[in-house]
Amino acid sequence: MNQEKHHISSYTSHVIVLFALLALTAASVAVTQLEMGNFNIIVAMILAGIKATIVLSWFMHLRFDNKIYAIFTAAVFVLFLLVLFVTFFDYSYR
Amino acid sequence: MIINKNNMEKHTENVSHVHRDDEGDKMGMWLFIFTELLLFGMLFLIYAVYRYQNPLAFQLGGQELDVFIGTFNTVILLISSATVAMSITAIQRGNKKMALGFLSITMIIAVVFLVNKYFEWGAKIEYGFYPGSELLHELGHGTTLFFGLYYVMSGIHALHILIGIGLFIYVFMQIRKEKIHSTDYVWLENTGLYWHLVDLIWIFLFPLFYLIH
Repeated sequence: MNQEKHHISSYTSHVIVLFALLALTAASVAVTQLEMGNFNIIVAMILAGIKATIVLSWFMHLRFDNKIYAIFTAAVFVLFLLVLFVTFFDYSYR
Repeated sequence: MIINKNNMEKHTENVSHVHRDDEGDKMGMWLFIFTELLLFGMLFLIYAVYRYQNPLAFQLGGQELDVFIGTFNTVILLISSATVAMSITAIQRGNKKMALGFLSITMIIAVVFLVNKYFEWGAKIEYGFYPGSELLHELGHGTTLFFGLYYVMSGIHALHILIGIGLFIYVFMQIRKEKIHSTDYVWLENTGLYWHLVDLIWIFLFPLFYLIH
């Protein structure tokens, strides 16, 4: 395994990422306890999206891997959002 | 591709008769992960539509779920993602003991997650919230859909945890037997990717079922 291909993450970086994720979890639990109606859903989903991006980038190593993995992953999420959009477009105008 | 050429050279240098393509293995794992994302994506889509059609029932359904147990499981699952990542760092640095240690912590957390799930489901079932129950029938269509999705989605997720434990046991043995080591650890890496996927799915399941109401 050549050096430039395999970036070795340090233990410290994993711990930092973990604390960031735990902080975001605490934030989403706290925020959703407030009564804000539909705003709750939006905030919770944005926070979940940030957490997912962190997990994908650091734990799943997309930041350091061949860019093709990140592009494919983004494509899957875009595909999902498109399907979601089209589905709701359909349901809203029935 | 340059990567392949390098790998080929490496093969001819020292492990001539063993065919290995780590990059290919990883690509295969990612393709599998994409199918998993779409599988759960479909379930999230169903959730979104039914929530849109039954806003009140989903709101009340969410209130029935225990935020504490959900948060606890989220926290330990995030920790387990970090420990499996650390076990990869350990194996890359050639520290077998440390890798096994981190892997053991990950496995213990996975089991604890399932034990929590058992108690959580047990309490819900005892209370009368289970597919086809009298209570759900009385509460109506929306609540039935909410709990149906709750059992299916967290159930498929729990099945993934169970498979993850199986993979961890296999990888643990391979590390002990020195089959996985500092220059050949793609099995551990891919198992790690799988475990992060399980974490990733939970990151979305948790707010959708436990938090939003």
